[in-house]
Amino acid sequence: MDGSLATPAPVRDDALLRATRRRRLASRLLAHAALLLGVAIVAFPIWMTLVGSTHDAGTIGRGDVPLLPGSHAAENYATAWNEGGGRTRTTPASVMLWNSLLMAVLIAVGKITISILSAYAVVFFRFPGRMIAFWAIFITLMLPVEVRIIPTFQVIVDLNLGNSWTGLVVPLIASATATLLFRQFFLTIPDEFVEAAKMDGAGPLRFLRDVVLPLSLTNIAALFVILFIYGWNQYLWPLLIINDRSMETIVVGLSKMIGRGDSQNDWNTIMATAVLALLPPVLVVALMQRWFVRGLTETEK
Amino acid sequence: MATLSLHGVRKSFNNTAVLHGIDLEVADGELVVIVGASGCGKSTLLRIVAGLETPSDGQVVINGRDVTGLEPADRDIAMVFQNYALYPHMSVFGNMAYGLKIRGLPRAEIDRRVRDAAGILGIEPLLDRKPKQLSGGQRQRVAMGRAIVREPALFLFDEPLSNLDAKLRVQMRAEIRRLQRRLGVTSLFVTHDQVEAMTLGDRLVVMNAGRPAQVAPPMEIFARPADTYVAGFIGSPSMNFIPAALDQGNASARLADGTLVPFPEGHRPGSAGQPITLGVRPEHLLPGEGEGEGAIPLAVELIEPLGSETVVHGRAPGGLAITARLPGTFSGSVLPVRLPGAHLHVFDAETGRRLDP
Ligand SMILES: Nc1ncnc2c1ncn2[C@@H]1O[C@H](COP(=O)(O)OP(=O)(O)OP(=O)(O)O)[C@@H](O)[C@H]1O
Ligand SMILES: [Mg+2]
Repeated sequence: MDGSLATPAPVRDDALLRATRRRRLASRLLAHAALLLGVAIVAFPIWMTLVGSTHDAGTIGRGDVPLLPGSHAAENYATAWNEGGGRTRTTPASVMLWNSLLMAVLIAVGKITISILSAYAVVFFRFPGRMIAFWAIFITLMLPVEVRIIPTFQVIVDLNLGNSWTGLVVPLIASATATLLFRQFFLTIPDEFVEAAKMDGAGPLRFLRDVVLPLSLTNIAALFVILFIYGWNQYLWPLLIINDRSMETIVVGLSKMIGRGDSQNDWNTIMATAVLALLPPVLVVALMQRWFVRGLTETEK
Repeated sequence: MATLSLHGVRKSFNNTAVLHGIDLEVADGELVVIVGASGCGKSTLLRIVAGLETPSDGQVVINGRDVTGLEPADRDIAMVFQNYALYPHMSVFGNMAYGLKIRGLPRAEIDRRVRDAAGILGIEPLLDRKPKQLSGGQRQRVAMGRAIVREPALFLFDEPLSNLDAKLRVQMRAEIRRLQRRLGVTSLFVTHDQVEAMTLGDRLVVMNAGRPAQVAPPMEIFARPADTYVAGFIGSPSMNFIPAALDQGNASARLADGTLVPFPEGHRPGSAGQPITLGVRPEHLLPGEGEGEGAIPLAVELIEPLGSETVVHGRAPGGLAITARLPGTFSGSVLPVRLPGAHLHVFDAETGRRLDP
């Protein structure tokens, strides 16, 4: 180089650039088409339910499958909310929604509390049997609820906890998955914070409250959403442990509304109840979406 | 007002000895720099003083009180970490106040101390920000502030400047020095940067593989390094080492080619003909004019012009690499250099220890 100023080369609109642009556009269209198709497939049954909940019992009973909303929405929802549906007039949806909400929140909060405490112990303390404790938690992952449901049922009944919130919630609270997730997150907290806290004179509980929990907020929120839905959708365990109509949860209640054999079903009320059962999980996801996505995709520092 | 003493501090990790018995006395208000190559145990030593690590043996004494068994928070010390370790979810104010809050100081007192420290460091406008919203230099200041508000007996610094760019490092170095003088707090400062060590320390501890190779004020270490490790570590470019042997009743060194270099300061202890190592700093080599008697003709391999001076890397006829630092500029393929009479460092070739008259 001789240090003299080079003249800038003229900019041409070349063929490669144009072809690339065209290819980008085409691939974007394709991607959108695929996404729209996917949404349609997922959304169609929900649309059917929504529409079904706005017609009278007769329309669906005749075997018609309406695709456009009818005019009986108000009465169907009122029936579902106040009286329950099905021929046997099950528990009102309002009661079942409340029960489900209570169960889901208790399960989610309980799981998060317990798994934070156990992950905290496993990550930040050196004690004999630490790895044994960790593996013991890990191994329970291998056992699905269904496998241990009979012995658990036996234990709960022996303890006289059938038909109680304790009996319903406590057996579902232990969570190996959440413990593992929190452990992985806690391992990313730099040692220097632990040491700075030691220099500041913060004891273990203070460190947990003042440093670890604030740093875990997005993870907690994300996990809360997942665990809330997990709790909301519980079916087998509540079915076994709850006989009291007033404690029935909506997922179980919904399935009981549908009669067996050739009995006539109040499909309109059932559909309305199903829509009501959908709302709380949807609300939780919508409200916590911002946190939820952040917690799953990024780790704070 | 505090003194620090270390008595025979040792540390092993899983039977690997990392520190082999460190004794050190730090006077009140003194700034002692611990310097050494990576992995020599500087951080380990500092962490033992801080209480983040327990020594395998030995005692840490602060102000005459044995603190070896005490928790870090009870030792009346403050530490500045390499990565600052600022809590990301707390504001600058929160970070600085946290330790005081735990100690249960009244709110007004916390507020006063934090604002005073922020004033000293010039970070008042940043008090409400989160660490993420600060530049590296500002974070560094907050980390210092967190230490200052405690009004501790002892400051500990573990390479606090290594995450800053070169210019900021020089600036913060001066700032730390000024601050330490002003507050008069006894300090231990760990670094692997010899310039930092030389400019900051009242005294240096040069560590070599878990042992203090020399403990002395910076200029003494530079002028009279205790062994070849210290001699090679302190000074840039590094000191040249030339193998030789004692001759003429231990009053001269005989180089490999037979050249005799007399010692003006007097003869060295040792047996006749004992192998020694001569040390010469690059800036002390005398550029020779022509091929005079005793001049070593260096075959020049690399020339680094630094502006006001030039560093020349060359090779002596025997293949020994030698570096010279010359005033002004230099060009050419051969540089004849002469060993100076003064400024010669003589070391035992076997032990590496300095041999003094
Ligand atoms: N917790 C530990 N377990 C095992 N070995 C360790 C541990 N901490 C440090 N060491 C070892 O001790 C030696 C000294 O480590 P130290 O961190 O004190 O070095 P350093 O002088 O601070 O180095 P650097 O300049 O790279 O920070 C190293 O060889 C290191 O591998
Ligand atoms: Mg270190």
